[in-house]
Amino acid sequence: MNRLVQTVLPADPDLRTELRLGLLRVLVAANLLLGFLYLSWRYTATINWAAWPIAIGLVIAETYSYIDAWLFGLTLWRLKQRGEPPPPLPNVTVDVFITCYNEPVEIVRETAIAARDIRYPHRTYLLDDGNSPAMHAMAKEIGIGYLVRTEEWKGKQRHAKAGNLNNALCQTNGEFLLVLDADQIPSPDILDRTLGYFADERVALVQTPQWFYNVPPDDPLGSQAPLFYGPIMQGKDGWNAAFFCGSNAVLRREALMQIGIANYVRDLELRVQRALRTADTLLRHAARQAQTVENGGVQAAIAHLQAAVRTSRRMLREGRPIQEVTWYFQQRAAAAARPLVAEDLARLRAEVATIPGLDEDEDLTTNLSRSLDDEAILHELTIRERSPLAAIATVRELLLAVDVDRADEAQPVMPLATISVTEDMATAMRLHAAHWRSVYHDEILARGLAPEDLRSALQQRLRWAQGTIQVMLRENPLITPGLHWGQRLMYFATMWSYLAGFFVVIYLSAPIFYLIFGMLPVRAQAEEFFWQLVPYLITNELVFAIAGWKRATWRGRQYSLALFPLWIQAVISAIGNVYAGRPLGFVVTPKVRQGGMHLWGQLRLVRIQVITMALLTLSAIWGLTRLALGVQTDGIPTLVNVFWIGYDLLMLSVVIDAALYQPEEQEQPIAAVAT
Amino acid sequence: MTLQSEPGDDGVTIVRMDGRLDLLIAAEVKQQLAELIASGHRRLIFDLDRVSVVDSSGLGALISGLKAARQAGGDLRIARANNQVRTLLSLTMLERVLRPYETLEEARAGYSQIVAD
Repeated sequence: MNRLVQTVLPADPDLRTELRLGLLRVLVAANLLLGFLYLSWRYTATINWAAWPIAIGLVIAETYSYIDAWLFGLTLWRLKQRGEPPPPLPNVTVDVFITCYNEPVEIVRETAIAARDIRYPHRTYLLDDGNSPAMHAMAKEIGIGYLVRTEEWKGKQRHAKAGNLNNALCQTNGEFLLVLDADQIPSPDILDRTLGYFADERVALVQTPQWFYNVPPDDPLGSQAPLFYGPIMQGKDGWNAAFFCGSNAVLRREALMQIGIANYVRDLELRVQRALRTADTLLRHAARQAQTVENGGVQAAIAHLQAAVRTSRRMLREGRPIQEVTWYFQQRAAAAARPLVAEDLARLRAEVATIPGLDEDEDLTTNLSRSLDDEAILHELTIRERSPLAAIATVRELLLAVDVDRADEAQPVMPLATISVTEDMATAMRLHAAHWRSVYHDEILARGLAPEDLRSALQQRLRWAQGTIQVMLRENPLITPGLHWGQRLMYFATMWSYLAGFFVVIYLSAPIFYLIFGMLPVRAQAEEFFWQLVPYLITNELVFAIAGWKRATWRGRQYSLALFPLWIQAVISAIGNVYAGRPLGFVVTPKVRQGGMHLWGQLRLVRIQVITMALLTLSAIWGLTRLALGVQTDGIPTLVNVFWIGYDLLMLSVVIDAALYQPEEQEQPIAAVAT
Repeated sequence: MTLQSEPGDDGVTIVRMDGRLDLLIAAEVKQQLAELIASGHRRLIFDLDRVSVVDSSGLGALISGLKAARQAGGDLRIARANNQVRTLLSLTMLERVLRPYETLEEARAGYSQIVAD
């Protein structure tokens, strides 16, 4: 086959690239057209209303998949193969950052030495969020810089890896930075191969693939992502929407700082507006109550503050700088409170400190500062019955809390986005929204360690999925200003793909519903169904085959179906996190095997898949038995459903392989380094 | 010292520097502003007249100075920014927070006017 391809295709690689892209576009167009015909037919002629729950469910699931095919097709449409990179920029300053948390020192040492030995002149820093003396000693020994969080971070939100990088950015000054995870061993030419792209002054990011050397060729845990670090990223690159993936990427400091500042401003403006609105409501309640209280001082103070809030809001509406608005308000608030007795203020401060939802262990300003991110707590502040004096104190504190910076954050400017556990995607989106360009360079320039057991692999996938959904909910690319429509769709495509879990449940349950309960979701002639569906499916497979040419994409496709419970969990927990403030639980992916788990324990991790496989198998046996006994006379629907079950089992079986997987001890790189 | 400071009678201190306020010097400027504020100069005007170029790291240092001044009950204003700085202030939207005053007098008036108000 390969030889045939070699002889048929032209020898010129550029021409081959062209030819492949042309073929891909033809296939994508054919697939989308056939899909359109198929779905129109499904909607208009085939829904079996007698079994409407599953009938409607299935057609919705198919619509989901069709939209997914569009997004994938659009991605591939602009597939960009960049080939040889331009020569590196001469004489620029580069900082190499290795982020670590609690990884074994020997793993980090190997990365650190390789980073130090990168050929292009640079400075190397170990960013140790674990604050470990052993790590510090190692950094010293091999002669690289060592950075930990500064004093400013004490008692503040840490923001995991994003916080770690932000902290390092403030202590260094290279024009470019290469970000490496603790286990990603760079090759000596990584900067020589990537810095050239920055000759274009609008380029902010050059991302290279992540590839893992401790993974066997059959990749049982689906660690390699050859479809993503390949056609998908190349396609996104074509739309100027290549993502930042957290490691093995070079970034332009100026770009990061600019979006950090812009975000600081946006955040501040929002918080000042909220604080003033809350203050206004509070004071109106207080003014009403104060009429019954015979305390002239209090009434005067409320009137003063009300006037100050009104003026501040007007100033903000008029576009006066926040610096002036907050300065004005703080001066006025201080003056308003002056006539009040000092001991009153002390008592009331204590009362304010008991506002529910605020953390008692922290100081009041930090508390109120954080409350400005949470509409629920702000609302709570305004509806609580309280004396007018307490209202004054609350307003005063609230407005002291909104200053030109956030009392609850270590740094006013956070160049790396902190809105998600996948800070990388959120950061890239902000860069794109600010009209910076990105590059995906498809050459493996760093080699890392993938998780070696199922639990760690699942944790990692869960975190990525949660983070992606968080970004979708907090900064939806479809409405984020500044993005081109193609970029919007490229971000949305990844988010959309993480919603698959719910639809997989429908796909998996449809054959069970038919074979056990006789509920047939599709009402159609067998022959017509075949001719509508099969060409669509075949072109779909061909798109995958050509897009993933010479790449092992099968594992990834298996996992995207088989991990459906995980995808569902990710979506639900991310929604709970964004809208109800429930913690996600940030987990650093372990780089060494989590030992001590027997097969039973491994299988428990994928019990939903195992139960599903059992149900599917039983349904198939049941259906075939009925057919054999002649209870069921129409054989075609049974056979079609049994065929689907076979396909589903093939996809789901990957989790069994994964649970059985035992990596060979001698392949562990740690052992090799330790000698 | 990168920064020269000139305290006035009205409690406002003018801060000056020459050349580029960029990533190479941002950390130092941040540090010196913090020290200045800690030594009691709480109301500052950063005079950008002799500053040729500011990059976003330089803006970061100014924001840190603003934060430190506010925490000490004071403020930091900027004045006499050139076109490059104004473009960057607008690009990063920082002009929504930090207004570039045309002259030192205007920046100074900002202090007294609001206090008197």
